[in-house]
Amino acid sequence: MSKKVALFATCIVNTMRPRVGFAALKLLEDAGYDVDVPESQTCCGQPNFNSGDREGTRQLARHFLKTFGCYDYVVVPSGSCGGMVHTHYPDLFEPSEEEHAPLTALASRTYELMSFLTGVAGVKEVSARCNRKVTYHDSCAGLRELKVKQQPRDLLKTVDGLELVEMKEPEVCCGFGGLFCVKYSDISGDMVEKKAEDVVGTGADLVAMGDVGCLLNVEGRLNRRGEKIEAVHVAEILAGMVPDRGEG
Amino acid sequence: MHVTSDQFHEKSAEALKDESLAGALFVLGKMFPLMREAVVAQLPEFDALRDRARDIRNHTLDHLPDYLDAFEQKVNANGGRVHWARTGAEANRIVAKLCAEVDAKQVIKSKSMVTEELELNDHLEAQGLVVTETDLGEYIIQLRKEKPFHIVGPALHLSAGQVSDTFYEAHKEYGRTEKVEDKVKLVEEARIVLRERFKNADVGITGANFLIAETGQIALVTNEGNADLTATLPKRHIVVTGIEKVVPTLDDLGVLLRLLPRSATGQETSNYVSLYTGPRQDGDGDGPASFDVVLVDNGRSEMLASPVKEMLRCIRCGACLNSCPIYGAVGGQAYGSVYSGPMGSVWTPALTSVSQAGDLPNASTFCGKCEEVCPVRIPLPKLMRHWREKEFEQHLSPTTARWGLGVWAWLGRHPSAYRFFVSLSLIGMNAMAPAPTSKKGRWIAKLPFIAAGWTKSRNLAAPSGGSFLSQYKQAQKAAASKNSARSSNAEGENK
Repeated sequence: MSKKVALFATCIVNTMRPRVGFAALKLLEDAGYDVDVPESQTCCGQPNFNSGDREGTRQLARHFLKTFGCYDYVVVPSGSCGGMVHTHYPDLFEPSEEEHAPLTALASRTYELMSFLTGVAGVKEVSARCNRKVTYHDSCAGLRELKVKQQPRDLLKTVDGLELVEMKEPEVCCGFGGLFCVKYSDISGDMVEKKAEDVVGTGADLVAMGDVGCLLNVEGRLNRRGEKIEAVHVAEILAGMVPDRGEG
Repeated sequence: MHVTSDQFHEKSAEALKDESLAGALFVLGKMFPLMREAVVAQLPEFDALRDRARDIRNHTLDHLPDYLDAFEQKVNANGGRVHWARTGAEANRIVAKLCAEVDAKQVIKSKSMVTEELELNDHLEAQGLVVTETDLGEYIIQLRKEKPFHIVGPALHLSAGQVSDTFYEAHKEYGRTEKVEDKVKLVEEARIVLRERFKNADVGITGANFLIAETGQIALVTNEGNADLTATLPKRHIVVTGIEKVVPTLDDLGVLLRLLPRSATGQETSNYVSLYTGPRQDGDGDGPASFDVVLVDNGRSEMLASPVKEMLRCIRCGACLNSCPIYGAVGGQAYGSVYSGPMGSVWTPALTSVSQAGDLPNASTFCGKCEEVCPVRIPLPKLMRHWREKEFEQHLSPTTARWGLGVWAWLGRHPSAYRFFVSLSLIGMNAMAPAPTSKKGRWIAKLPFIAAGWTKSRNLAAPSGGSFLSQYKQAQKAAASKNSARSSNAEGENK
């Protein structure tokens, strides 16, 4: 395939959960793409954007343009970082500013991983095995900014041995919210406890989601409660990187 | 408007510990959204109606002076009067004057968030008037001297037991010595006490859900019927409302009326929808002798000219509160404002200042559920973000946060420094993580500085094996050297 695809791993995957980056890479390569991982990639600017630092955000958006502007597609294993670029970048610059047109165009070529696999690459199934009972949490930005809802579920259903069960309220926020979880830690703690309760109630032994921020939040609460349930990025399951129950 | 929004942290911490509140919030956060969903599912054109409602509200706001003028002319033609109040204080003075004109002693009110915003009751009471709220929830919080917990259900946070205690204390003077606990009996008792107030009132004050420019009417959407008694029994009816409530025509009202009760309480329509068209005319069986509309600006014109203009589309349904996980965790009192939840987090800084109410728009994960349910499609997260930007511009956010964001933006433009920072963070986290004990990973239970908020409720899985970018680079190098080894082998064989 001749299209140039870049993987934007995101800071949180880069730092906290590198395996998600490799999972995304594998899924894209399995779909037939040659994938670049530009070394100069950094942060999309979401922490600055949501803290009201518009100028800082603009600087990071310019850097993103410099790093990824030459690619046909940029793929992001995150709904919130993907949403930052896809949905919010076009509003950061006035139409009269020189960055506006190229950033708007780049934003339209930037995809959250699941939307890219199903919508652009036309992936209908994966060849992976995971003999586990899985529940999927809809991370807010992916769900509401990018309409990621059915895509990960459709792909998960093609994983050999996997049983997908729904929690009661998969669309309710887990309480992560970027800096929110440390600035309003009590409220965030209350929210993630409700989410953990819902996850535990499914009887699943694995909870999957599409954003590592939410993942660390839910997993951290489950671990604090002493639960055995593990949290993974949905890409890790689809790439066959999650061992069966009792293994690994 | 007096607010205590700067105490959001303390008040929300208290609210989180309040178990009876948690029960009320659980019911509110589940019941209303479920009822809303059920009734929305029966109306396939709901989303199309939302688009129309948004367009109607936008159109009206774009031509606000024209529609307000048209409304005033119609009110005058119907025999009523319109009074313009630039500020809350001015509105309160006008209402007090209108009460004095008819030598009023007793005033009854139906639920009005605008008069809560103006703190009108305090002002009228200071003039010696006896003011009684007649919406059951408003009556309860008036007796308890509280602010509304919710714009639609002001006393939803209270249990029947709490209401029983409140009534027992307040109604002793009417000879009601028995403590009533049963919910139906509590309502009956309120009806009996309020009925006397209705009969003796000189002035009735209502709000307005909408003003109709085409006809000069005001629309009231209620469930208890108290607003209709308030508007018709006393000799003077005073309507106090915000200038943004006007809609052009009755057809437009029809669109909004299909959205409001469905979004608010999950009802297809509320028990009462009433249109009032001026004072009693010859031949009318009832109605007030005079009809006065006080149109309140109180910061709305400034909002109209600002980036939070879209907030003026709000029809006060409360759907954003009901579906908000933050509101659902802490309830309305923590916001320290008449307006709470997502809509209150945009309104409150607009009516006061970012320095007074900056916590409210920050206390959001931007999950976007509020925007998803808003009947007039207000982009609430975007508007909350606007206040965060104002806060940042005005240097109101904490110095450490500003410094941290500045460093982050710098690192983000200097990739090698960024990568170095990431590797330092990984070293730091590894130092904090306990020694590996099992294959189940290493968990950090206590983090320092701002990250301490994280470990208050949860652990952090310590990362291992270096950053993704560094691991990827190593893998690429290994693959490249393998390839070159292979190709040099191949060359060797070819020789």
